[in-house]
Order: sequence, then structure tokens, then C-alpha cells
Amino acid sequence: MTSTEKTKVGPVRKTYHDDLAIVREELDKCMKCGNCMSVCPVYGAEKLETSVTRSKIAVAEAVLDGELELDDPEVYDMLFNCLVCKSCMTGCPTKVDFGRIIVALRAALVRKNGLPWLKKMIFSTMKHPKLFDAGLRIGAAMQSLAFKSDKGGKAISPRSPFALVGGGIGFDAERQMPALNITPLRERVPEVVNADNAWLKVAFFTGDSLNYFYPDAGMDLIEVLTANNIEIHIPKAQNCCGVPVLVHGDIETVRTLARNNIDTFDKTGCEYLITGCGSCGGAWQHDYTDILAADPVYAPRAEYWAKRTYDISTFLTRVITLRPPKGRVERVVTYHDSCHLKKSMKVFAEPREILKSIPGITFKEMSAPDACCGSGGSYVLSHYETSSIIGRKKIDDINRTKADTVSVGCPACMMQLLDNVHRGGAEQDVVHYISLLAESYRKEKDGQGSA
Amino acid sequence: MLDKIIIEQLETVAGKKNVLTSKVDMVAYSYDATADLPRQSPDIVVFPTSAEMVQDIVNLARRHKIAIYPRGAGTNLSGGAVPLKKGIVLSFQKMDQILEVDAANLTAVVQPGVIIAALNAAVAPHGLIYPPDPGTVATATMGGSAAENSGGLRGLKYGVTKNYIMGMEVVLANGEKVRFGGKTVKNVTAYDFSNLFVGSEGTLGIITELTTKLIPAPKYRRTMMGIFKTLTDAGNAVAGIIAAHVIPATLEIMDRMTIRTVEDFAHIGLPVHAEALLLIEVDGMSEDLVHTEAEAVMQVVKDNNGDLKTAETDQERDQLWLARRNALPALASLNNTVVLEDATVPRSRITDMLIACEAIGKKYNLTLGTFGHAGDGNLHPTILCDKHNLEEIERVHQAVDEIFKVALSFGGTLSGEHGIGVAKMKYLGDELGQSGLNLMRSIKESLDPEFILNPGKMVPVREN
Repeated sequence: MTSTEKTKVGPVRKTYHDDLAIVREELDKCMKCGNCMSVCPVYGAEKLETSVTRSKIAVAEAVLDGELELDDPEVYDMLFNCLVCKSCMTGCPTKVDFGRIIVALRAALVRKNGLPWLKKMIFSTMKHPKLFDAGLRIGAAMQSLAFKSDKGGKAISPRSPFALVGGGIGFDAERQMPALNITPLRERVPEVVNADNAWLKVAFFTGDSLNYFYPDAGMDLIEVLTANNIEIHIPKAQNCCGVPVLVHGDIETVRTLARNNIDTFDKTGCEYLITGCGSCGGAWQHDYTDILAADPVYAPRAEYWAKRTYDISTFLTRVITLRPPKGRVERVVTYHDSCHLKKSMKVFAEPREILKSIPGITFKEMSAPDACCGSGGSYVLSHYETSSIIGRKKIDDINRTKADTVSVGCPACMMQLLDNVHRGGAEQDVVHYISLLAESYRKEKDGQGSA
Repeated sequence: MLDKIIIEQLETVAGKKNVLTSKVDMVAYSYDATADLPRQSPDIVVFPTSAEMVQDIVNLARRHKIAIYPRGAGTNLSGGAVPLKKGIVLSFQKMDQILEVDAANLTAVVQPGVIIAALNAAVAPHGLIYPPDPGTVATATMGGSAAENSGGLRGLKYGVTKNYIMGMEVVLANGEKVRFGGKTVKNVTAYDFSNLFVGSEGTLGIITELTTKLIPAPKYRRTMMGIFKTLTDAGNAVAGIIAAHVIPATLEIMDRMTIRTVEDFAHIGLPVHAEALLLIEVDGMSEDLVHTEAEAVMQVVKDNNGDLKTAETDQERDQLWLARRNALPALASLNNTVVLEDATVPRSRITDMLIACEAIGKKYNLTLGTFGHAGDGNLHPTILCDKHNLEEIERVHQAVDEIFKVALSFGGTLSGEHGIGVAKMKYLGDELGQSGLNLMRSIKESLDPEFILNPGKMVPVREN
């Protein structure tokens, strides 16, 4: 028993994160029909039964039946050969919640063995020479990952390879990633960004990726909200959403992160929480209520925020009516559905509506827009070859649209696509869709209207 | 466990990267989509990349009397891909090339690992389709669906897999490779080997290439739903549609239990007091003809006291299809185990069969819903049960026995499209009689005397 487990609040009511046996009922739902094969990106790339969801469920059953050991290296290699993209859940006839199953399995593994595989994974990444071609950002990020781990700090392998979490608090970007030479988003803006004639206030959960790696996109998001006369609260005490840690099974750390985030946003007094990343938004909408379900103090607060969390596109089109963009943006744009944005937050129509409303944009739908790009956060590092095959398919689909701009709603996908448009693409611009709306607003301001 | 030397020989034949032996891998190849069957791990999984490699593997297996189980995507519903007697699973997922699309001859040549939907995607630009459409088109392979003779929703008008296989390359248990059939529409040379190997469930030979028939894609279609207050009305409507000389592409039925379950599950506004629904789709190359057929169908539905819903747009069509698409998921949501049967009766006995299934469900106190392909008499009585409740499972087995007995008494058959495999082997004598079983055994033993090909399926392994 770890020290964190001892400090659990209240009577111990377990969730599936704490006891693998609780997912048995979920496993039972699987008919092994194999529908998941048609959508699983890993299976599509590898064509092995072990790649696909139903086999992971069969292996989980074998573990619970005592036929296989959870910490058998072959078992955990298999369990980590999954992007946690949740694609399998979209077409599953019996609605098996594989997102929960895979987290429960990994959590059980962490309970049994700690996190030795983390170090192994990071260092195996370091050994992969191809990865160092992936550009400055990835290189720097990996360096920082390894660096942190090497120091024996409580480093957590992130959802995005770049988001690092230390002991439940954020980390100093300057120290971690000197090569990037970027000022993080939350250091660029005050905790409250005022807007002219503000009629509403919202809280912005930046997530680590927008904060550290795409602060410009984060600034665009802020600019769009202020252009709609909305006051924005960006508390500095917020930390990583925890998804990177969650998918690796370190549940107690996620709980700590979630509680801190909830406390932090409670203090803003806002009733809307805006995200610009599907993983972050999904965490607030689904994961926090899940992991804190047995926590009498935080469960109701997690529920409170789950109902008030919106992707920026949903907020602009469903909660308010956004100021129509008037500045011309002459681009041919396609849109990639990030897995967690579409499959977890169910956001797919809204970004398209926004893009199509921008004057000058020619929108081209790619084939299979919601096929995973192969990022999976750290998956791209731990399974570089499979990730590349998946990414290559995505790039082929993008190339066929002849678009000059690929828009996305999730920073981790942006990173993966950025790498891949260099390798197999036509050097398309990879942008957060919100940046195109911001661009239109800016052009309007500069007098480059559509009229 | 296989002898280490044999594993090394297989690695030499197939290449190390095409061989799996770890315990986890074996668990992953221990099942297919059949419910209520125990898992069985094989000893080894080999991914051949050519027919010659398959020959080498077969020769090796025969010398050492090791069983071989050809496997596509493992989506079949009769246990065909489960390696019952351990041995070698031969997975065809690396032989997944479409070798040729010949639009002039309306044929395609494919390797067995090609996914059905991939073939359809490849022929679509030519305005062609490969019609067999089992529920698993997006995952199932051509080799697997040919070996299982898969059906689907369009069987009534377009037939099933066997109607679209024109030629094959097969590796026999003696290691020989044989090719037969081809691109000609007419071919009466020698025995009709294609029809022997289609549906043979991997027990007679290993398919390494297929020549398939393609047809022009129908340009127009109309979709309708008939809602009936009695099963008899629905049954009469099915008969009436055929009597009006309309052959719909799809003519699907759902019973009351299925309707209610779907409505509870998907909330799509189905009439929960109806006794039966028919989903009817007519299609064709001429708008006039399709219109005329649709009018005829609507008249039949009205004449049989049915309420009508019709779709004018693709969106409305999707709405009508939603009920049928949700049938299995909705029923499956009721419990952890879905026993999906495919007893099939002559079309004229559909009503009798639906009533019988409902009565059997009641008799054994089971949750049983029936839906299926009314037009071709292929019903799916579906029993939802708890696999951990052994007493209930026993009642399920009794109910299934009775369903088959009734189907046969109506002049029907054990399996319309799922195959015999392990699950229905014990009933074969009831349909074929001893002479039929003898014929099967003669064929099996002359082609595979050592029972190395998918043993334990279709023909019982002789105990001696």
C-alpha cells in the first residue's frame, strides 16, 4: 500500500480504478464480434489480433481467471499497445466501455508493480534514432521527459509527450524546455483577462499542451473570447488535466490533480469552463466524475463542472452566438477530428460550423476525418513504427483533399500532424481551428473584410 | 505444446516475423465471435504470405499430424475458427491484396485476407458491387466468408456468397495446390468444385485465392416500413409481396420483443404495441420499375392491415434502418451472453416459425427475441442469458434443441448463414440422416484422411 492510498478521504468505496474485479461486468458485455477491428487504428496498422480491443478483453478475462499474470511482460506490452483513442467504443454493438477497461487494467498493473515500465518506455524512446528527427519540439520534450525521470522525481509520462506533471503541481517550463524558448501561455496573460462591455465570464482550462507548446493557439482562443465581449479567468494554479497519467494507470496522482483543478476553478466563481483540447475537456466531462465517484467531498463538485465544461467550439456555437467572422481568410482547409474531442466530448459539428462560417475558407472534408492520427500522447514515443503507419494513412487522406491547411481541435494531434506533414505531406499548415477564427477577427480589425 | 523443432521448421518456412507463439498471442487466437463456446488456445499462429508457403506448412503439419485452422478475421458465429484440438492457426491477414478488378468481365481476383468492404470500395469506382453483405462486411475477410458461405440482408434478391464465387485456388490436405473455375459465366468443366469448397468451413482445403462475380450497382431504391398488429398479417404481407412478383433487396422482420427492446434501447419512436415490423427495400436500375415495385409493396402492406412508413430522403431511410441496425445491439444489451441462432424455414412458414420461437422462449422461461430475413426465411431467434448461470444455460441448450427441431419439422434447415462448425454438429443427422452423414464423412476422409484441416468441425473426428 502506498502512502497516497492511506490518505483516501472518507470510507473506502472503490471504483474500478481500485479493483480490477469491478470491470468484470464490463468485460462480460463483449461478444467478441470483432466490430472493433474495423475502427481500431492499431489493428489497421498491424493486422494482429493482439492489437485489437476484443483480444485485450480476452486477455483481461484470462488474467481474472488466473490463466495469465497481469505483470507478465507480454501482457503489459500488449496492454500498452493501445492509443486509448476510444474508436472501438463508437461502433461497439454492446457499448463496452473499453476506455474504463484499459484504465482499470493499467491501474491494476501500477498497483502491482509501480511504474517501472515508465522509465523503460522513456529510455527505449531515447534509443530510437528516428525519433530525434521529429524536430526540435519533440526532441526537447523527450529530453525533458528523460531528464525529469532520471532525477527520480515523480515524473509521469504524459498524454502529450510534452506535458509533464511533477508531484501534483505544474512545472517550470523554462527549466524543463530551454530549447523551446517559448513563454508559456499562463505567463503571458493575467489571471483575469477583461473584455470590453463584458456580459459573461468564463474560466479557461488551458491544459499543459496549450500552455507550454501551443501558447499562440491559446492566445487565439483568448482573443476570440474577448472579441465576443467575454471576460476570461485563467487561474495560474491550474495543473495538468491528468489524462496522460490516467491512461498510464497512476490513479492516485490523477485524483490529486483533479482535486487541485476543481479547487482552483471553484475559486473563479465562473459557471462555464472552456477547453481547447479534447483530452482536457474529456477529463472534466467524464474522467473526474469517474475517478472521484467514491469521494464524498469531490464527487459532487466534479459533477458540477462536468455539466459546465465546453469545448470552445461548442461554447461559441451552442451556448452563445459567436460574432460572425468577417475578415477573409484565404485558405483551403480540412479538419481532423481528434479522438477525444469527437469520441469523448462528442464535438465534431461545431468546429466545422465555425470554419465554414469564415469568409474566404474553402472547406474540404477528408476521407475518414475521425480516424485516429496515431499520436495517442506518449504512444507515438513508445510505438513509433505503428504510430507512423497510422499517421501516414491520415496524411494520405489529408493530401488527397489538396487543402493547404489542416485544422485540429487538440494540441497532441497538432504535434503528430506537424511531424507527419513534414514526412509525407505537402508541408500543410497545421493549426488549431480557433486560430483561423482569430485570424478572421484580426483581418476584420485590419480592414480586410469580406465585402 | 509443439515440439521446438517443429516451431523452428515453421519459422524457417514462414519467416520468423510471420510466426507467433507467446502465451498472450495464443489467447488472442483462442476464440471467434461465437457465444457459449469455451476458448481454446492454439500452439502457434502462422501468417502465410503465399500459396506456396501454405503448401509447405500443410506438408509439415501432415507429416507431424498437427491440426491446421485457417482463419480470416475470426468473426464467424459457429466456432469455425476456434482451434479445438490445438495446433496451427493459419491467419490470412497478410494475404490481403486485391489482385485484379476486371470490369469488362465483371470479376475480381482477391487473396483470402481481403476485407469484404475493401473489395466493395475497390469496385465502386467502376459502378460495381460485390453483393454478399453479412453483418460483418467491415471486418470479415473474403476467404472466411467464402469458407462459411456467409449470407446477409440482401440474400433474397442477390443471393449469398456461393452465388458470387466463380473460381478458386485451394491448397489440399495432401499439399497439392489446385485451381478451378475462372472468369467465364458458363463453366461445367469437371465437378462444381467452387460449390464444394464454399461453405466447407476450412475442413476440406485452404482457400488461397478467389475469383468473384461482381454486378452493376443498383441506381435507385425505395425503403418502407410496415407495422402490423398480428404476426399473421406480417407473414401474409411477406407472402403477398412475393405473390405480387416483387423481389425486394431487403425484407426484414422484427418481432414484438425485439421492437420493444430496440425502442427501450434507442428511443427512436417505434410502435411498441405492434406485433411485427417489416423493413422493405426495393432497388433496381430503372426509376420507373423501382417506383412500380414500391407501389406494389405498399398496396400489399395496406391489404394486410399494416401501417406504412416510407422514406423519401437518405436521412429518412437511415431512420427506418435504425430499428433493424439496433436489433442485435439492443437485444445484446439485456444480458451478458447472446445466443444468436439462424434456423431457416421456407418463406411460407415464417409466421409459424415466429410463433414457435416465442412459445419456446416462454416454455423455457428465457428472454428470446426474433428478427431476421423474412424474405428468405432466415430468422435469428436470439436468446439473452447469463453465462455465469449454469442452470439457465442448460435451459438455453434445451430451447435451441427445440428451435432446430421445429425448423426441421417445417421443412427448414439448421443454418441459413452461420454454418455448422462446432455449435450445430450434433444436429446434422437430424437433417441429413445417416446416409447424409456418411456422404459427408466420405468426402472429408477422401480429401483429408488424417483430419488435419479444422478438425472437430462439420464432421466428427473418428475416435479410435
